[in-house]
Amino acid sequence: MSLDTATVRRIAKLARIRVEEPEIATLQTELNAILGYVEQLNAVDVTGVEPLSGGAQMAMRLREDVVTDGGIADKILANAPDREGRFFAVPKVVE
Amino acid sequence: MAYSLQGATGAWEIVVGLEIHAQVVSESKLFSGASATYGGEPNAHVSFVDAGFPGMLPVINRECVAQAVRTGLGLKAHINLVSRFDRKNYFYADLPNGYQISQFAHPVVGTGVVEIELGDGTIKEIGITRLHLEQDAGKSMHDQHAAKSVIDLNRAGVALMEIVSEADIRSPEEAGAYLRKIRQIVRYLGTCDGNMEEGSMRADVNVSVRKTGEAYRTRCEIKNVNSVRFVMHAVEAEALRQIEVYESGGSVTQETRLYDPARGETRSMRSKEDAHDYRYFPEPDLLPLVLDEAWVAALKEKLPELPDEKRARFRDDYGITFYDAGVLVAEQATADFYEQVAKGRDAKLAANWVTGDFFAALNRSGNTIETSPISADGLGELLDLITDKTINGRIAKDVFEAMLETGDRARKIVADRGLTQVTDTGAIEAAVDAVIAANPDKVAEYKSGKDKLFGFFVGQVMKAMAGKSNPAIVNELMKAKLG
Amino acid sequence: MSFLPELTIAAALDGLAAKDFSALELTRAHISAIESLDPQLNAFITQTPELALEMAGAADAARAAGSAGPLSGIPLAIKDLFCVEGVRTTAASKILENFVPPYESTVTAQLKAAGAVFLGKANLDEFAMGSSNTTSGFGAVTNPWQRNGSNAKLVPGGSSGGSAAAVASRMAMGATGTDTGGSIRQPASFTGITGIKPTYGRCSRYGIVAFASSLDQAGPMARSVEDCAILLGAMSGFDARDSTSAERPVADFRAAAKRGVKGLRIGIPAEYRMDGMSAEIEGLWQKGVAWLREQGAEIVDVSLPHTKYGLPVYYIVAPAEASSNLARYDGVRFGTRVDGEDLIDMYERTRAAGFGAEVKRRIMIGTYVLSAGYYDAYYLKAQKIRALILRDFTEAFAKVDALLTPTAPSAAFGIGEKTDDPVTMYLNDVFTVPASLAGVPAMSVPAGLDAQGLPLGLQIIGRHFDEETVFAVGGALEKAAGFSALPAIRAGGAK
Ligand SMILES: [Mg+2]
Ligand SMILES: [Zn+2]
Repeated sequence: MSLDTATVRRIAKLARIRVEEPEIATLQTELNAILGYVEQLNAVDVTGVEPLSGGAQMAMRLREDVVTDGGIADKILANAPDREGRFFAVPKVVE
Repeated sequence: MAYSLQGATGAWEIVVGLEIHAQVVSESKLFSGASATYGGEPNAHVSFVDAGFPGMLPVINRECVAQAVRTGLGLKAHINLVSRFDRKNYFYADLPNGYQISQFAHPVVGTGVVEIELGDGTIKEIGITRLHLEQDAGKSMHDQHAAKSVIDLNRAGVALMEIVSEADIRSPEEAGAYLRKIRQIVRYLGTCDGNMEEGSMRADVNVSVRKTGEAYRTRCEIKNVNSVRFVMHAVEAEALRQIEVYESGGSVTQETRLYDPARGETRSMRSKEDAHDYRYFPEPDLLPLVLDEAWVAALKEKLPELPDEKRARFRDDYGITFYDAGVLVAEQATADFYEQVAKGRDAKLAANWVTGDFFAALNRSGNTIETSPISADGLGELLDLITDKTINGRIAKDVFEAMLETGDRARKIVADRGLTQVTDTGAIEAAVDAVIAANPDKVAEYKSGKDKLFGFFVGQVMKAMAGKSNPAIVNELMKAKLG
Repeated sequence: MSFLPELTIAAALDGLAAKDFSALELTRAHISAIESLDPQLNAFITQTPELALEMAGAADAARAAGSAGPLSGIPLAIKDLFCVEGVRTTAASKILENFVPPYESTVTAQLKAAGAVFLGKANLDEFAMGSSNTTSGFGAVTNPWQRNGSNAKLVPGGSSGGSAAAVASRMAMGATGTDTGGSIRQPASFTGITGIKPTYGRCSRYGIVAFASSLDQAGPMARSVEDCAILLGAMSGFDARDSTSAERPVADFRAAAKRGVKGLRIGIPAEYRMDGMSAEIEGLWQKGVAWLREQGAEIVDVSLPHTKYGLPVYYIVAPAEASSNLARYDGVRFGTRVDGEDLIDMYERTRAAGFGAEVKRRIMIGTYVLSAGYYDAYYLKAQKIRALILRDFTEAFAKVDALLTPTAPSAAFGIGEKTDDPVTMYLNDVFTVPASLAGVPAMSVPAGLDAQGLPLGLQIIGRHFDEETVFAVGGALEKAAGFSALPAIRAGGAK
């Protein structure tokens, strides 16, 4: 599988990364090189193999339902690039 | 007769499935220790985990899992002992991580079924596809500032159960009944408060239309509808829109729409225009959720009696109508109230009083069972006075009104006001004689066959005795005297 | 008194205990080393001399009060991927250029509790994505080692390149690193120091900026196996705030490092003998085999048939997770924002300006392999082969106690080399990635020099949660190798 320029644009859009027109061709070449490299996986027979999604082989611990956090709005907002009072602020969204 | 909508080209069937988002009742959030309480100062109930700060990790809340399992059991659904969390990736200002932790491939609850009752008394089964746990997003507000949207993350990370139905719903009425039924079940279970105004329950409504016998056509999803009435309206409005599109030669495109209650119509959502590609994949910060069979069994053991079972039991054990039983089990608190009143008493009489005068009084005064000025014990005492013939049914209504007004107990009101029923045959006989003597013309009419006048004579006696006479004795004596 | 920055941590702890010098003196010596060397090496993104002196003062006070911790007064470099409360944490990305976390990572909290002194935040590849430390948004790090007769700038490896350079050049006695596909072991090998990636789940990931969650593991980097053991002892342990953290006791790694290898069965995986591998590396590997055999280990040939698929699997799994982990850098709650016409435009400009080229590439690859229609062919397939790689290890560990391999296919290369094609750069991790995918512990120990005078490391891979055996083998190798070469650029050195 190799990427055409339309797909490169679509991925960039999905990933919310602005890509300028002159960058498209370079990105296309680089991404196709990586995809070409991983192509060798096609040679592996994985019939009947259960996928492994994590590095840890155990069941999940469950936490007790107690309030132990929050009440730190100042710290939550301290790094915000823009805010209105105690809210985060972004350019207006039209639904 | 199946519901259908009449178009220019004939009848159209509607096909509806609901995705209900029900906020889990818990102290803290699904993956963080911040409070799950509704409201509060903006960003007060927020931890660094909820705000998606670098290096922050989710840790799951046991109680939220228990609530999902309880709900699954209440929906008579299969509980998956191994389930998993996935990330649903999309960018939105109130989605801090850029993904929602949800359960896509392996939900905690599998297929189930609920029964809904329709207006004509018929019962219909609606299939449950699945129930999964996921995080709520924060809240964007677009009307607080001229050029900006502002974001509050208090709700971000609160646990939601998404309950997905099969596309078994065929009318606005069924959609409403289904939503009410789910709300009733979660409220009984205590797993969601069902408060649609505060958004703790909301529905995504999937609607399509088709001609009878056809395969499914394209559906549209109407997002976040927040009342039973709106769901019913939205279903109809969207179905009518689609019919119009088809009948004017167009085709329906699959999309996300919003219901506008003010205009009674649905419209396309601009912000969701992007073709959805959520790139689900297993959440690597979490491990598989493995439930112990014994733990699930223990939750099942402690499950409360659910409305369907309670209704059947009320009918069978108390000998009341299925309809009355349905009214009484609508809310857990009502059912409990009724059972307290009925205990050791005439259960039918109790049902009549609770569903009749008592409900009417609550409605009139804007009270609920919880704030009722008359307790179950107090109403029971009134019923006892009727049963032991201290008062008759007519006086009982006055006593009930007095109880509402004064807050006094029934027995006290009866004693204070001298309302005890007169069962002294002598006194009643004297009154009967007096009424007969005072109405010779009416007596003559009666004797010539005007039977209806019997009620008049009884009424006159009751009136003469200020309503306190035992109506059975009055009847008996009057019948004897009139011959 | 010897030149303090040359001491190992173990020796410095003895010196501090014996009151030969104070934590303040030790820290000042390192601060002045940083002042003189870091302008050349760029190993630190943020230096924290005031914080270091304050911590050193507290360490001296604790020691005087008889309450010194196991690392009391030891100056460390902290990879700038670990959040340290109140100290700028950038992940070497412009998008976090001004981010000051109001919280502390578990690993650094434990190091603080043990009495360690933080000299600053060490440079790395941006978001730990790289094997050369050239992708940092704050400039490349220079390897303190140079080729014989050349002063060409070499890479320190990556992504923990700043940590490696700081430790190798004696600017810090030890450092924290993180390893997702080799990011501790490969730079350790390139700079002649020791580093261990413990078992996945051994160190908490809480407060460490995530790259690929199912692979990321913190670990120590230092100038001896014993020093790594001391550091790992303080860094590891169960943390309820990380769902993947293992609820297991932490062993005495320091004791394990001195255990020796008598009676151990050491596997030599045939598949790590790759085409075109240099004779020097092959030769060093054979030396390692001989050293272990001489010390009483039994050498066993084993097979890990899916080894060669490790790298392609990694380059699907890691970018996929990264594409999602890095979605939070959107300019809304923290980090750099570039204004736009609307919300989406703001996201796109913010992320275009904030991320460097390699990060963007990986986000895009990750986005692609997860996207509709491609998930099964790429991501799901990669997960299945990941399961086969784990199975290879499980089967090998039924026969042997540990594996011995080279750490990297080459010695350090020049800054600017291997940058034309991302795939060539990725090949650096060919020997380290399989252990990451399987989640097993692995360590790199310096074992010799190549013909150009650059250090080369050997890798020891162990069973899940059996870091003790890894330390035992590492200790034995270290003893036999007697690695004593010094980098050209170092505190108290000639240059
Ligand atoms: Mg939905
Ligand atoms: Zn949902």
